[in-house]
Formats: sequence, C-alpha cells, structure tokens
Amino acid sequence: MSAATAVQWDEAYNFAYLDEQTKRMIRRTILKAIAIPGYQVPFGGREMPLAYGWGTGGIQVTASVIGPDDTLKVIDQGADDTTNAVSIRRFFERVAGVATTEETDKADIIQTRHRIPEYPLTEGQILVYQVPQPEPLRKLEPRETETRKMHGYAEYGLMSVRLYEDIARYGHIATTYSYPVMVNNRYLMSPSPIPKFDNPKMADNPAIQLFGAGREKRIYAIPPYTEVKSLDFDDHPFRIQTWEECCALCGADNSYLDEVILDDRGGKMFVCSDTHFCEDRRQAGHRGPLGADPSALGFVKPASEEGQP
Amino acid sequence: MYVAVKGGEKAILNSHELIAETRRGDPGHPEVTTDQISNQLGLAVDRVMAEGSLYDRDLAALAIKQAQGDLVEAIFLLRAYRTTLPRFAMSEPIDTAQMQVQRRISAAYKDIPGGQVLGPAYDYTHRLLDFALAAEGGPDAPQAPLADTPLDQHMPHVADILDGEGLIEPDRSDPHKGEAFDLTREPMSFPADRDQRLQNLARGDEGFILALAYSTQRGYGGNHPFAGEIRMGEVAVEIVPEELGFAIDIGDIVVTECHMINQFEGTKDQPPRFTRGYGLTYGHNERKAMAMSIVDRALRCRELGEAALYPAQDEEFVLYHADNVEAAGFVSHLKLPHYVDFQAELNLIRKLRAEYEDRQQKEAAQ
Repeated sequence: MSAATAVQWDEAYNFAYLDEQTKRMIRRTILKAIAIPGYQVPFGGREMPLAYGWGTGGIQVTASVIGPDDTLKVIDQGADDTTNAVSIRRFFERVAGVATTEETDKADIIQTRHRIPEYPLTEGQILVYQVPQPEPLRKLEPRETETRKMHGYAEYGLMSVRLYEDIARYGHIATTYSYPVMVNNRYLMSPSPIPKFDNPKMADNPAIQLFGAGREKRIYAIPPYTEVKSLDFDDHPFRIQTWEECCALCGADNSYLDEVILDDRGGKMFVCSDTHFCEDRRQAGHRGPLGADPSALGFVKPASEEGQP
Repeated sequence: MYVAVKGGEKAILNSHELIAETRRGDPGHPEVTTDQISNQLGLAVDRVMAEGSLYDRDLAALAIKQAQGDLVEAIFLLRAYRTTLPRFAMSEPIDTAQMQVQRRISAAYKDIPGGQVLGPAYDYTHRLLDFALAAEGGPDAPQAPLADTPLDQHMPHVADILDGEGLIEPDRSDPHKGEAFDLTREPMSFPADRDQRLQNLARGDEGFILALAYSTQRGYGGNHPFAGEIRMGEVAVEIVPEELGFAIDIGDIVVTECHMINQFEGTKDQPPRFTRGYGLTYGHNERKAMAMSIVDRALRCRELGEAALYPAQDEEFVLYHADNVEAAGFVSHLKLPHYVDFQAELNLIRKLRAEYEDRQQKEAAQ
C-alpha cells in the first residue's frame, strides 16, 4: 500500500481530462492567485464528471498542475481511504495514469478535503484544497457584488464584530472550522472547512497551497513562506482544539483526533484523523491504549489481509 | 465495532455493479434501447438536451438510459461529456422568423398573419390515464391527418407587428456588444448583461425557473404577461468558417421560443409601452420557454428603472441558484464524510454544555 503505484492512462481522454487550452487558462489563474496571496481569482470553471461540492475545484487545479512524472496523494478528512478520496484518486489514475501514494513525504501533489496532513510539508510540494465556499464573508453578506467591494476596501470590520459577538455570548470565539485567516496582511481568506487545529500549519509553509472552488468558480493561493494569521483579539488570542485523550491506536497526543463510537452505551475511542501519520507511527513501534494489537480487537485488518483484493 | 475504513475502494466498485444490475431491472423483460428513448420519450430527451446544453438526441437518450430516467442525473452526464468536446466555431444567431413551424400560437390576438397553428400540444387533452397504452401490444401506429393546404411560409413574429406601431420597446441588437457571453467558458459576473442571464435561464432547472415565474404571477413581482407568441419548430444553424468568409448551413435543430408581452407604465424618461420577456430552449419545451420569458422580464427591472423587491427580480439570487447540476451537487455533497468538522463542533458543544452546567450549579448554590 505504501509504495507509489502507477496505472494505465485511459488515452480516450486528454492527459488529466481537461484540454490543454483549459489547463492553460487555469494555470494563468493560479499564477495570478499566487501573485496576490489570498485574493479570490474568478476562472472559467469547467463541468467535471464529478458532482459540484465533491471536489471539482480541487480536481481542476490538480489536473492543471500535475505532470506525468508526479506522484499524487488524495485525502478526505485526513484519510486516504475515505470513499471520495478513493474516487478522486481513481479518477486521476484513469485519466492521467499518474503514480499515487499514501505517504505524505513521497507526494508531489496532495489534494485534500478538510485537513492538512500532520507531517510538515516541504519545498516543492503542492497542497490542493477543495473549497465549497471560497468567500469568508458569505454568511455575513450573501451578495457577491458587496463582498468583492469589501475585499477591495479591506473592509473586514463585520467579521471582527461576528467574532466579538461570539465572545459576548459564549465567552470565547465559537468557530471551530473554516476559521477565517488574514493572508499577507491584506486579504481575509477562508481556509476551507479545515478544523482551526490546522490553521497554524498554513503560515510560513514551505509548500505551495492552492485552493479550488469549482461551483463558485474561484481559485486562490498562499505562496510558500507567507504570513497567515487566524483572526483574534489581544485579550482573546487564537487557540486550537485540544483533547484530553491521545490516539487509541498510536498514542499520538499532538494530532487531530476523530471520535469513534464503539457501542450504543456511550463507549468511544479517539483515533488520528490522518491515517498515514497514524500508520507510520504504529510501524515505528508507537502504541496507544488500545493499540497493543488493534487487529485482535477488530479495529484494523490484520496485516496478513492487507493488499488482498 | 470500529473497522478502519479500508475497503472504500471495493465498496465503490461493488456499488457500481449494483447500480448496473438495478438499471437493467428484471432480465425477463427486454432491455430498453436508446432509439426507443429518443423516439418515445422525446420530451425527456428535449429537457436533457436543453439543460445539458448539448443538442444531441442520441447522447441525451444514452444519458437518460444510464441515469435510469433520473433527468437531473442525465443532464449532469451530458454536461460532463460536453466539457471534453472541442469548440469549432460560434454559430450565427438563429433566425426564428424563418422557422419550419410545427406549432405557433398567440394569446394576444385572435388571428395573426400566418395563422394560429396548434400542432402537438397536451393543453387540450383531458388528463385521463389512457389504458390503451398499457395494453399488451398497444394501439397500432397512430397517424395524424394532414392539412389540405401547407402552412403559410410567412410567419412574422407577433412582437414585430406591435413594434411597427411603436407600442412595444424595440428589440435591436447592440452594435457595441462583442461576442455573446458564454457561461461555460467564463465565470458569472455581476451586474449581468442580458445575454448572460438568458444563457443561465436556458440552462437553468425547469422546476426552479417555473416556480420563480409562478411567484411573479402570484404577486411576488408582477408585470402582467401576455403570451405574445409561442412557436416551436426547426431552424437552421449556420457558421461562418474563417477560410470561406460566408455562412454555411450545418444542420437543423428544433427549438421552442416564447415572446412574452408585459405592461409597462413608463417612467419620467420613457413613454408607456409594452416590454418584452424572452424565452428559448432546445427541443419542444414550452413550459420552460414560457417560464424563462417571465423570469427574463422580471430580471430586467434594473434596466427599466423598476424597484427590485422580489426574489424573481434579484439577479444574484436567480442566476446563482438556477443551475441544477450545481445545486444537486452541493446538496448531495452533504453525503460526504464531515467527521472532522463534526468532531470540532462536538468538542465545542461539550465545552458549551460544561460551561452551562457550571453556571446552573453556581446559581442553584446561591
């Protein structure tokens, strides 16, 4: 599972599905997005064979930057084997014949939905986010004509008021994901629905971060080593989620954890949302409270079954 | 019991096998052919071509078969295929005044030059289930009688007759306008021009456009519309290849066109007169063409100086939500896993609950 695997390209399709003119148009959009960090660049998004809301923006960005020698990793909720990640990986195997991997450090391009991998990214890597709603102000102002003006004038007071209202009501900011960030001290940007746990990873990241919103037809970007600041107040600084538990399988106490319900009597466990990170740690000998032999408990398949059809 | 979600790949493949089996249904019955769909479910094919933005009966029939008759899914299939097609040329504007008319009616005048042509229409059928169609073998191939005289070749647009009197706003092309806006190549932009709006409405979901049109009739907006003219039939499509420099005919398509005539009381600068709403769709698609023409008129409120007070007049609201491929995709994406975000919300709600219970206890202690 870990080694990069190449598959046959279905040559009925142009490499990576899109025609070369479309890819050129998208690459130009990406260049503009990188030149203006955090600014949403409109582009002529195409209709893809996957449904809107299921990663069409990310797929178009990946299709435009991927080359035949690149290795692709696709994750959804941090996991390589969630159904939509499998579906998108199969799509690129078929229409581009590229190698795929589950290992974060072996991937040239990582397409993601809702997470940033736990292992730090490196120079030369590209992280492609799938974005359902690129406009961080949309819930405050439904009109595009208005929000574009607000970005033009850097008029972001409305967002500060919203965060302040949380503090007034709950005593703290009650936004847990899609937590708004200020990029390069200029544009307010939606980080996509990643948990705020991942927000700090966006800042000063050596990788290129590209955001594709297919339905809304917008692309935006964070170039490497760019300042990305989660909005907060001096007396209410930004904080990420924490857990009292550690990962039940690998014992990690510094990763984002998913809660797994074990029975209908409130039994539950917590496991790493990043499946590659968790597997890698277990292979290195780390064990969590339930991880002595997870296969014996039925939590994962025994190693002997891995790789069977 | 938690099973680490390996096996997603196998589940997807098996799911595809299962829909193939369900699609085929009972193998004891003959398999439906795309020719049968294209011939006998022609109006479904028309709708899929119109909202799929691709005039190809065979592909639309295939999409309907593949989607098990789910028309929104079929429209999606056709759109995704359309993306892969190269673009050879922009056609010349079609001339609907030269249409080979199959149906043409006006509700504004009792008689019109060229005559009222009822053609095929369900309007005056009684909606009684026809059990003869369900009978084994069905009725023999029906044959409609032919008229004694062929249709008049000259069928001017009704709106143009009014135009001659100056009672309706003129409908001239804008000489400063370049190529028509193309939503399939450019993102939506606002304020939208009429070409962008009309393309959006033509591709838009029939049910959504219909409901918006209906809302204007019930009082959420309102320019009392008259069906000036509805016509359906074949028109020629022409392109001008660069190396030739003149127009050549590349084929005929069936379209439905609706000119809606609306009252307009005039403003300080404009005299009272009738105004236009326009609808055009591929195939025989009258409900959609009429609804489109009503919504087009509602959306012209800005250019005509009317207050925009209702949903059907709200350009961003209408244009951003009319596309059923976008809408169906985004609603259905809620089926995708959201457990990372749900976990974040779960943490928050536990924290809020703990704080709430603390407060309650403190208050009880006081």
